[in-house]
This record gives sequence, structure tokens and C-alpha cells, in this order.
Amino acid sequence: MDTRLFAADLLDMLPELTLFIAIIIISLLDLFWPKNASKKGIGVLTLIALIVSAGFLIYQRIHLDGVISLLNDSYLVYHYGILFKLIVLLGVSLIVMMSFGAIRDKDIPHIGEYYVLLMPAALGAMIMASSADIITLFIGLELLSISSYILVALRKHHTKSNEAAFKYIVLGSIASAFILYGMSFLYGMGGSTNLFQIGATLQSLESSFHPMIYVSFFLLLVGFGFKLAAAPFHTWAPEVYSAAPTPVVSFLAVISKAAMLIFMFMFLPVYFVPLDPVQNLTIYSDVVLTLHVVAAISMIVGNIVALMQKNVKRLLAFSSIANAGYFLVVLSTDRPGELVYYLVAYLLMTIGIFAVVTALENSAEHQDISIFSGLYFTAPVTAVMTVILLLSLAGIPLTMGFLGKFFILLGVIQVKTYWLAAIMIVSSVISFYYYFRIIRLMFMRSHSEHTTIKVPVTTMIVIAICVVATIFFAFFPQYMLSFIEWT
Amino acid sequence: MLESLPLLSLILFSPLIGVLILLFVPKHKRKPLQTIAILTTLIPLVLGAMLLLQFDGVNSSVQMEEELKWIQPLTYFNYHFAYQLGVDGISLPLILLTAFIATAAAFASVFIKKRWKLFFILLLLLETGIFGVFMARDLLLFFIFFEFTLVPMFFLIGIWGEKRRERAANYYLIYNGLGSAIMFIVFMMLIFTVGYDISTSSYTSSFDVIKSNALDPSVFKFDFEELKTWMFVLLLIAFGIKLPMFPFHTWVVKVHREAPPAVVMIHSGILLKMGAYGLIRFGYEIFPEQAVEWATVLAVIGVINFLYGALLALMQNELRSILAYSSISHMGIVLMGLAAGNALGMQGAVFQLISHGLISALLFLIVGSIAERTRTTALPELGGLAQRMPFLSGVFLFAGLASLGLPALSGFVAEFMSFAGLFEQMPVLAAIGSIGIVLAAVYMLRAVLAITFGNLHAQHQSLKDVRMMEAIPMVALTAVIIVLGVYPALLTSIVEQGMAFYVMVKGG
Repeated sequence: MDTRLFAADLLDMLPELTLFIAIIIISLLDLFWPKNASKKGIGVLTLIALIVSAGFLIYQRIHLDGVISLLNDSYLVYHYGILFKLIVLLGVSLIVMMSFGAIRDKDIPHIGEYYVLLMPAALGAMIMASSADIITLFIGLELLSISSYILVALRKHHTKSNEAAFKYIVLGSIASAFILYGMSFLYGMGGSTNLFQIGATLQSLESSFHPMIYVSFFLLLVGFGFKLAAAPFHTWAPEVYSAAPTPVVSFLAVISKAAMLIFMFMFLPVYFVPLDPVQNLTIYSDVVLTLHVVAAISMIVGNIVALMQKNVKRLLAFSSIANAGYFLVVLSTDRPGELVYYLVAYLLMTIGIFAVVTALENSAEHQDISIFSGLYFTAPVTAVMTVILLLSLAGIPLTMGFLGKFFILLGVIQVKTYWLAAIMIVSSVISFYYYFRIIRLMFMRSHSEHTTIKVPVTTMIVIAICVVATIFFAFFPQYMLSFIEWT
Repeated sequence: MLESLPLLSLILFSPLIGVLILLFVPKHKRKPLQTIAILTTLIPLVLGAMLLLQFDGVNSSVQMEEELKWIQPLTYFNYHFAYQLGVDGISLPLILLTAFIATAAAFASVFIKKRWKLFFILLLLLETGIFGVFMARDLLLFFIFFEFTLVPMFFLIGIWGEKRRERAANYYLIYNGLGSAIMFIVFMMLIFTVGYDISTSSYTSSFDVIKSNALDPSVFKFDFEELKTWMFVLLLIAFGIKLPMFPFHTWVVKVHREAPPAVVMIHSGILLKMGAYGLIRFGYEIFPEQAVEWATVLAVIGVINFLYGALLALMQNELRSILAYSSISHMGIVLMGLAAGNALGMQGAVFQLISHGLISALLFLIVGSIAERTRTTALPELGGLAQRMPFLSGVFLFAGLASLGLPALSGFVAEFMSFAGLFEQMPVLAAIGSIGIVLAAVYMLRAVLAITFGNLHAQHQSLKDVRMMEAIPMVALTAVIIVLGVYPALLTSIVEQGMAFYVMVKGG
């Protein structure tokens, strides 16, 4: 095994290196940016850096042949890793575009930093998708986390926002500590920081070590659950979501979640090995059951508590908690194809709906759900597009959201976990109520709040991309499914 | 040349042409909007007539089949789903009924007083969804259309309904959402137990594959034996909610009361039929043994539906509620016919679907006419309308008589066949059920008499009789009800073709 790094190997890291260099250059540029000039230029540069990075990734994907491993698996280029990184870059690009119309001077004093900080956060997520070494994975996680702590706290003059940011930092650090502690058990038993080696060693361990394996799993689960905003570790989410700037919220809801999913996707196989077939002790089934229970709690709590929300961002927070449940379900069935499909569906509908929220809350100056009132009369096109996004979230046919949930459910039914399928599908029906409540407001209420709504062009483009893709890949899922499995 | 046309797809998507045109018509111009909508609904009606001509009643197989590959199996993703359409003797009459009632509803949209553009777009989308339900030969496709109909209906109830319309829309959404959720679970269980297609070595939701695997004893089935009773009962509940079957009927009453008459015409006339259709197609065709085992339960529920609906209809003082409970009562006849399980009863059940669809559409058209003029449907506030509106009152009396099962009208044929079928199998239940026929006569005539005869209220002195737009669908519906009543073989000969599967299974 070659543990040295050659200059030629840097080519394999180009997607990450591009972002890394862009972070340095753009943050320096920000310092010398003309005082009275619009900071949107920095956003444009950020967008370009993201697109270039994505271009390298696509190049890498086309020429991918097997798995490229550097430095003893510290850096991996593999099939699903590239897909996840592409998803992250797509999501961050859409968020940057959404921010052009949403981030305002009077709210956020440091717009330049805002755009620059999105890049290390994305870089952290990408590192998490390209390693099988627990140290590197943790570094990626912290890079993502620390960047998002700052992003959440950007509304400096907003008391609620500062409070939420403080809570987020404290709880987030505790979650990181749990993950690190769980990792230390893995290292202790596996004698390596390499996940593949740990997995192999765990299989051959004596049964006296089994309690330790459980301890490490549950410690990790607490951390995972927190970062994924899965119930019962979700309490931070509604508060942070309602206080942070909306584009940052969509970042937390989509990118953080996606990064956590790839993280878990790497970690869970370590526990997915049957231990000691003679005594029939299988940690595998316990791990899957635990995931199912957390998933069930998330789906139930998320969808039921969302019914009572009046603040639109809190409502979407609970919706994202419920979605964390759906993701845990698909993780437990270990079906990466379905995971990627639903992740893209979730990305599109969530970013789309948050883009609508940014436009509305900026005109209404508040976040009550009534910002949707009468939208059909003031902005019919936006309203119809919002309906499509909401239908996708609710899982109504002819949207990606429906097919994604259908694929997840197929996996659950195939392994005969009917109770989980029942909870998932019934809680989805409950979610109809609050998603359709927004539809009701848009179409069946008069527009008392505001007479005109200006949806900025860039925001409109983001919404349109999300809506078109949501419908296109619902009618032609084959394109995406074959791309996911393309080898 | 005509044979090569994908007739089913044309019917299915023709309402969307109207949607596209409507998008470019200014929203405040009511006349052109409605004209376009009516003309659009005529396209599937004409195509449906062509379908009827091409249909071969002797050949007992599924006809006009169309298939397009949709999702194909990959290495890990081991499923294949297709866009697969077809008609047989059960779905053909329902497709024709849909085309017909949709046209009638488009005419009846004169009662709609606001936001016409959105209304007609949603109405046409709903029509496409219903066509899809009756044409789909694939479980996933069926579900997609079935669930899709929820969305336009939610808007149609919620925007144009009566005072408590939004509540009714939510009730509709959640009840039906739960029903289709249960159905969806069963469908997925079917995919994994009997949906393995050897020719593509992948799982499929194709109805033909699932049916032949389920019925073929030589095919290996994973867990099918253990699960099939569960699956049948769950399907019964899922479609029972839509049907509606006692005790899942409360939402139907709300929708009947709150939705605008033109929408209730579609709801009561066609949407409820999707429940019975699903029960026949998936319950009876895939689980014939369970259908026989559970026949008594079904018959008991049918009798309860029939009597309970009739009794409650008797106690209502509001026309819409009377008709709502009457719908529940009449769906009981469908259940009884299905429970009988013999050719006569099954045909009676399908006949009742069509007959009730026509009659309830006509009744709600009348409700619309009355409500538009008097702004009320409460019996005590109405009376003597025959003096000012002789035509409307005449049609109302006719519809009432058809509904209570007067011989020589379609309702009689359906009731007669269903009851005769049930008498053959379970005479006691049939005898108990037949009390309901008397009740039906009482509540229908009570409503008709209270509204058309008696003293005319002072504020109703200046009422005018129906307009051309209302008279056209009334006459058309009346004519079909008479034709089917006088010459039922027109319909039964087609339905017989679709029943061949069941009689064959039971006989063999």
C-alpha cells in the first residue's frame, strides 16, 4: 500500500482543490472589494468556483475506472462519493443564486463573508464524501459544522438569531464530541482509523467486545441524529431554522443533511456485519432496528408537530425532521440508488420552497405562514410552482417526491418491515394536511398582507429549475436512475 | 387505419388539449372559457363512441392494449414499470360514463360564479385523472391516477364550495389519502409476492403479470399464501373508504353537502365508482377465493349501507344531505351485488354503478338549478316550485322515480339484478335488504314532493324555469336513463364480457 502522495495525485483532488484555492482568493478579494460596490460580485465568483469544481467532478465521473485511493483510503474517489459531491455542489450553487435576491445589507452586515463561508462548508461536505478514514471524515464534518455555526450567526443585530446561533454552537459541539467519542471506541477495537479495516477487525472480535460495539454505535447515533435533525435529537432545528437567514436554513436542511447521509453511509457498513454466526449474535439486526425506531419517531414527531406550526420556517423545520426519518429508512435498507434519488428530490423541493419563502418574507417582513395568503392572486406563476413543490413534498404522484418515497417504501416492503412502511405512509398522509394548508392559503384566501410581490429574477430562476427538474425526473426517472448506476 | 390509433391514450389526454387552450384565454371572459371546456369534453365523448364501436363483446380478453416502457430494470434497481392501458367490459362502461358526465358537468358549470378559468382547467385535469384510473392495467399507474384525482378535487371543493368548503376539502383529502395509502401498501406487497416477472427477471407492477402469477398454482409465490387474506381485507378497507362503505362514509356526506353541484355530479357520479371498480379489479380478480370467503361480510356491510343510508336520508331536512345518504344507500346495492358473486349479482353491481352515476348526476344538476335560483336547498324553505318551474320539477320527479327504482328505468334493472343475485346466495340478507327499497321510495318522494308541490314561498314568485344550458344535460341524462331501463342488454352484453374472468374462476 502506497502511503505517499505524488504531485500527479493532486489531479484526483482537483474538485476540492479548486474550492480550496477559490476560498483563499475570494476571501482576499473581499478585503479589497470597493466599499460602495455591490457584494454580489463575490457571490458570482463563488458561483463560478462551484461550477468549475462541479465540472472537474463530472470529468472525474466520466473517466472513473474503479476506485482511486490515496494515502491509505484517506482520500477516495468512488462512484457514490462523486454523486454526493455533485449533489452538494448543485445544492450550494442553487443556494448562492437564491441568496442574490434574499441576502440584504440591513439584515446581514457581512455579505462578502457570507458567500465565502458557503465554500468551506461545501468543501467540508465534499471531504466527507471522499474518505474512508475516520480522522479525515471528522475533519470534513468539523469544517462543515464550524462554517455553518458562523453562517447561522450572521444576522448580528438580531437577538433571536444570536440566541439560536449560540444554542446551535453549543449543541453542535456536543454532538461532535459524541461522534468523536464513538469513533474513539471504534479505533480502540479496530486498531485503525481506516473504516474498511475497522469493519474487518470487528467481525473477528471476541464476543466480550460486543457491548463496546453497541456503545460506539449509540454514541455515533446521537451525533448523527443531531446533525441530521432526526427526532428525538431535533430540538435545535425549529429554533435555528426560524432565526437564521433563510438561504442558510436551506443550506442546513439540504447540504448538512446530505453530508451527514454520506457520512452515515460510510459508517453504517461497519456495523452491518453479522457477528459470530455460531451464537447467532447479530449486531446488524439491532442496528437496523435502532435506525428504524429513530426513523419512525422522526416521521411521527415531524409530521404531527408540523401541523401546529404558524411560523413557516418552523413548519419547514418539522418537515425536514420528518424527511430525516425517510432518509434513515432508506439508509437502513442500504440502497444507495434510492437514497440518491430521494436526496435529489428532497434537495429540489426544499431549496425551491425556501426560495419562495425568501421572496415572500422579504416583502412581508415577517415569517408567519400567512405570507402565503392570496399568493395566487398577486403572483400566479410563483403560486402554481409552489403548489408543485408542495405536492412533491407531500408525495403526490407526478412529482419526484412521490417516486422517491415509492422507491424507499419498496425497499422497506421487500425486507418485510411492514410496520415501518405503515408509519411512513400514514405520516405522509398526515403531512398532506399542512402542505395543503399552504396551498389553501395561496388559493383560497384574499391577499390582505401585501399588494405586490417582487420575486427577484435569480430567485425565480432557482424556483423554476427546481420545479422543472422535479417534474422532469418524475416523468423520466430512468435518466437519473441509470446515471446513478452508470459504471 | 382507425384500428391503429392509440384510442385510449387519445381519450386519456384529450382533456389536456383544453387545458392548454384555456391557459391562453383571458380569465374574466366566462363564455369562451365555458365553450372551450364543453367542446373539449366532447372530444373524449366522441372518441368513446368510437371505442364502443371497436369493442369486441365476444372476445373475452382485454382490448385496445397499449404499452410503453417507463422504468426499466438496472443492476441494483430491479423493477420495471410500464405505462399500460387496456379496456374490458367493466372499465369500458365506466369510461363512457366518465366522458358523458364530464360533459354534463361542464354544462352545469353555469352555476359557477367566480374564477372560471381555474375551475375549467381543474375540471379537465380531473377528467384525465379519472380516465387514467379506469384504463390503467398497471398497479403503479392506477395508483398515480387514483391519487392524482385528489388534487383537482381538493381545489374544486375548497374554492367553489359552500360555507364550510375548506373543512370538506380537508376531510376529503385526509380520508382519501388514508384510503389510497392502505391501497398502496397492498400494491407494494403484491409487487413482491406475486410481481416477479420471469421474462425480464425483475419485479413489476403489471396487472397482467400479478394476476396470472397469483392465480397460477404452479408459480412460486413468496409469502403470498400467508398474506393474501390480509391483502384482501386491506384492499376492502381502502376501496371501502372511496366507495363509501359503512363506517367510512362520513367524508362523502361532507363533500356532497359542501362541494359545488357540478363537482358533486362528478364526485357522486364517477369518483365513488372508482372504489367499486378497484374492488372488482384488484380485490375480485386477484383474490377470487378471498372474495368468496368474505362474501357474507360484504353482504352484511352492503345491507347495512343500504338500510342505514336510507334511514338517515329519511331524517334529513336538506336536499343535498338526502342525496348524500341516498348515494351511500345505493352503493350498498353495489356491495350486495358483488357479495352475491354470481354472474347476475356482479352484473347488477356494475349496472348499478352506471345507473347510479347517471341518476345522481341528474339529481345534482337539479340541485344546482334549485340552489342557484332559491339560494337554499333546505326542504322547509322550499315548496311549490312546480308552479314556476314545471320543466325542472318534471325532471326532478323523473330523477326521483329513477332513483327509487321505478321499473323501465335504469335504477330498477340494477336493483333487480343485484337483489336477484343475492337471493340466490343469501336469501335472508336479501330479504332484510329489500326493506330499503321501500325506504328509498319514501325518502325520495318526500323530498320531491316537498320541493315541487305545496305552497310557493313568497320570495320564489319570480323564479324562472331552466335555461338551455341546464336543459341540454338534463334531457341527455334522462334519455340515457330511459334507454338503459328499457333495453338493459345494451349494457349487460358489454359487462358480461368483463365478468368472464370471474365466472370462469368460480366455475373452475
